[in-house]
Amino acid sequence: MNTLMDVLRNRPGWVEVKDEGEWDFYWCDVSWLRENFDHTYMDDHVRISHFRNHYELTHKNYMVKNLKRFRRQLEREAGKLEAAKCDFFPKTFEMPCEYHLFVEEFRKHPGITWIMKPVARSQGKGIFLFRRLKDIMDWRKDTRSSDDQKDELPVENYVAQRYIENPYLIGGRKFDLRVYVLVTSYLPLRAWLYRDGFTRFSNTRFTLSSIDDQYVHLTNVAVQKTSPDYHPKKGCKWMLQRFRQYLASKHGPQVVEALFSDMDNIFIKSLQSVQKVIISDKHCFELYGYDILIDQDLKPWLLEVNASPSLTASSPEDYELKTCLLEDTLHVVDMEARLTGKEKRVGGFDLMWNDGPVSREEGAPDLPGMGNFVTNTHLGCVNDRKNQLQQLFHSLQTQKKASS
Amino acid sequence: MLERANTNAGALHGCYGGLLLRYPTDHPVIPWGSTTVLCLPLAVASLQKPEIRLESLKEDIKEFFKISGWEKKLQNAVYSELNVYPLPSHPAAPPEHLKEPLVYMRKAQGSWEKRILKSLNSMCTELSIPLARKRPVGQQKELLNKWNEMGTDEPDLSLFRPVYAPKDFLEVLINLRNPNYENGDSLSFRTHLGLIQVPLKVKDIPDLKECFIELGLNTGQLGIDDSTQVPPELFENEHVRIGQKVLAEQDSAAAQQYIRQGSPTALRAELWALILNISSQPEDILYYEQLKANVIQHDLLVDSLIYKDVKLTASNDDYYFVFEDYLYQVLLCFSRDTSVLGHFAYNSASPPKSYIRGKLGLEEYAVFYPPNGVIPFHGFSMYVAPLCFLYHEPYKLYQTFREMYVRFFFRLHSISSHPSGIVSLCLLFETLLQTYLPQLFYHLREIGAQPLRISFKWMVRAFSGYLATDQLLLLWDRILGYNSLEILAVLAAAVFAFRAVNLMEVTSLAAAEAVLADLSTLKVMPLLQIFLFATIT
Repeated sequence: MNTLMDVLRNRPGWVEVKDEGEWDFYWCDVSWLRENFDHTYMDDHVRISHFRNHYELTHKNYMVKNLKRFRRQLEREAGKLEAAKCDFFPKTFEMPCEYHLFVEEFRKHPGITWIMKPVARSQGKGIFLFRRLKDIMDWRKDTRSSDDQKDELPVENYVAQRYIENPYLIGGRKFDLRVYVLVTSYLPLRAWLYRDGFTRFSNTRFTLSSIDDQYVHLTNVAVQKTSPDYHPKKGCKWMLQRFRQYLASKHGPQVVEALFSDMDNIFIKSLQSVQKVIISDKHCFELYGYDILIDQDLKPWLLEVNASPSLTASSPEDYELKTCLLEDTLHVVDMEARLTGKEKRVGGFDLMWNDGPVSREEGAPDLPGMGNFVTNTHLGCVNDRKNQLQQLFHSLQTQKKASS
Repeated sequence: MLERANTNAGALHGCYGGLLLRYPTDHPVIPWGSTTVLCLPLAVASLQKPEIRLESLKEDIKEFFKISGWEKKLQNAVYSELNVYPLPSHPAAPPEHLKEPLVYMRKAQGSWEKRILKSLNSMCTELSIPLARKRPVGQQKELLNKWNEMGTDEPDLSLFRPVYAPKDFLEVLINLRNPNYENGDSLSFRTHLGLIQVPLKVKDIPDLKECFIELGLNTGQLGIDDSTQVPPELFENEHVRIGQKVLAEQDSAAAQQYIRQGSPTALRAELWALILNISSQPEDILYYEQLKANVIQHDLLVDSLIYKDVKLTASNDDYYFVFEDYLYQVLLCFSRDTSVLGHFAYNSASPPKSYIRGKLGLEEYAVFYPPNGVIPFHGFSMYVAPLCFLYHEPYKLYQTFREMYVRFFFRLHSISSHPSGIVSLCLLFETLLQTYLPQLFYHLREIGAQPLRISFKWMVRAFSGYLATDQLLLLWDRILGYNSLEILAVLAAAVFAFRAVNLMEVTSLAAAEAVLADLSTLKVMPLLQIFLFATIT
């Protein structure tokens, strides 16, 4: 179920170009980008689906560095309270270079659980949990010795991160949220938030006593699929709307608004932290998959940002979500040059940040402050994208006719 | 002002911030629940004070009831009983009449029960598993440890079969006949073309419009008037405000009236508890713990049936799989809850009897099996699954489910003439279709796709697992509000009306099933409104 090919092939007026033909749009993968971007000439109108140095945001070690730097800057400029808004990332240390800093922190909090994650791998590969320094001393020995090998594979970078031990549980299970954010430019920063997304459940019941059981702790669908408990018909995802309703019926709408507002804060601050570092090429746009974990106090934590979120569908509902997501991405990128550039909503995407906060449509009331200012987001809300697109394109057409 | 159009002689009016309520006062037989027994000693205790005088005793007690909140609790308890128990019948009528007045229905229910029990017993003999046995201590400990994650257990259930499925039950209903009713051979426009061939009285659309007057086009609804296009000042905000007020006053009757227009998500759990008159007293929590202890100590054959049902239905559902563990915690306890036996006084069904080994036929050794008298069938766990969205403490979830079962769900799988019984619902559905969509009905019948064959499973499950959860909860709001299941038949007809164009094009039962396979995108309230109030009759 390849959503990307279906969406691209079905787009009216688009033709697939093979190999070395001339192209106007390329949904590339990051390896192609790494090898070819720097010596590919692109006309003004050409669009490509990644930023050159996206890894500043999407590789865990770079992101942590950028976020820490941004936090210090915020503290200098706006004070401690504002800087505290960046505390959505569990304490992280790059390995092996920050190993000593890590040990210091480790000794301050004995008995807590840490998680070791490879910097650039996805789908849950290579991740393990630990509580004793001994566990990683062995690992460290292994990586050191491999330095001596002649034909070496590059030493993989890891990060050690504080494991969130009190996740919010539904039905006794741990879950995380996958949210989609589309960035069309960094300077100025323009970011769109998609209304749909999903909740990914771990198949087994959460308990801290079995840190070796990666099925309990990792919620990526790829890992869950190999769990002995996994039944393909079951699926282990909820649409975000369902999740939002569940929380609202349990905690009331105000609490839910506060949680989602905190999530908006995560998206904005994380993008702002890399804004000056990412090469903002006008040809580039990027669709990020954010992984968010909620803890029992209903605080959202950022786990990671993916530059190439999975576009394969695991169920008909998933297929629907991803094809609509991609269609709307293409609408926003607007190769057909239909939009005026003043739109606040295109299909399922709401304009979240336009070089500053974006207020809601006229007539709709703004949310009460709550310390956060972004109000034009509707994550987990009703997504009547078909109607909205129909109205939007219809009115754009009439405008064009009127002005010609 | 919203008024309930039903009339009841001698009504007592209470005015309530926009809602007009009526309490029928001429109900002579009111079984007093535990609430009333509890408050009398309290009232007496308050009389020990020296300033109480004999002359004003009556007034003082009344005053005490009011200020302590017991008056409200009493009212709620009374209202609850009024909803559940049938109206008094002739004093000379035997107790079977309370269960079911028509003989042929009672007989049919009796033979159906015999069949189910036979099936259960033969499974028991085939697998040589006792109906009940005490668990060895080791197993008891294990189960206690696993109580919160019973879903991780994967017992071998391949030999177990559900005792029956809805379609088996449908066949029984299709063969129901009233021996006193002669259909006549000649076909006329009066001939009922559907599968149900018993002459029960059902409502038509004008009757339904009167009955469901609060669903009308001029009344605000949640499920319609809270959509994104409608500014919340028009209806939603005020409705939420009234809901909070109703909850603050803790008035069951007011809540029931209020919920006819739907319940806001945040208030729903409390509103349902209020309407069902569920309070979470310490004794309720204790009772649940006792049931849990029962589960730990004894293993019942029906437990395996429950496991199988959960694994087959709820665990495979895209949304309810998360709540798998809660379902076991509720259903296993439910099987052992003998207080459920009370509802058989007004249920046409009777609890199956079993005998202690070796004492077959001896009444002193007869026990009800399972202890609550309810044998689960395929899909039974879906009655519980939607409630997991609202209640998270097991004992609350349990109480709510039990109340919903003894008030409503039991009617969906027992043969009776009650207007909310499944037979009446089927007949209502078919009649609505035949009267208002005759061309569609005829066409489906001609291609061998009798509509009831498709809609039966929706109604038996009260649409659980077929509609999206938020829509299902809006539907169940109205079941509670109107204290009737008729809305299920109306919705089923409305769904057919909605997909009529596609259905007219199909040429086989399988194709018709395919058109109606996916109801998860349907919006319940607009469908109901259009069918009832916007169709030309």
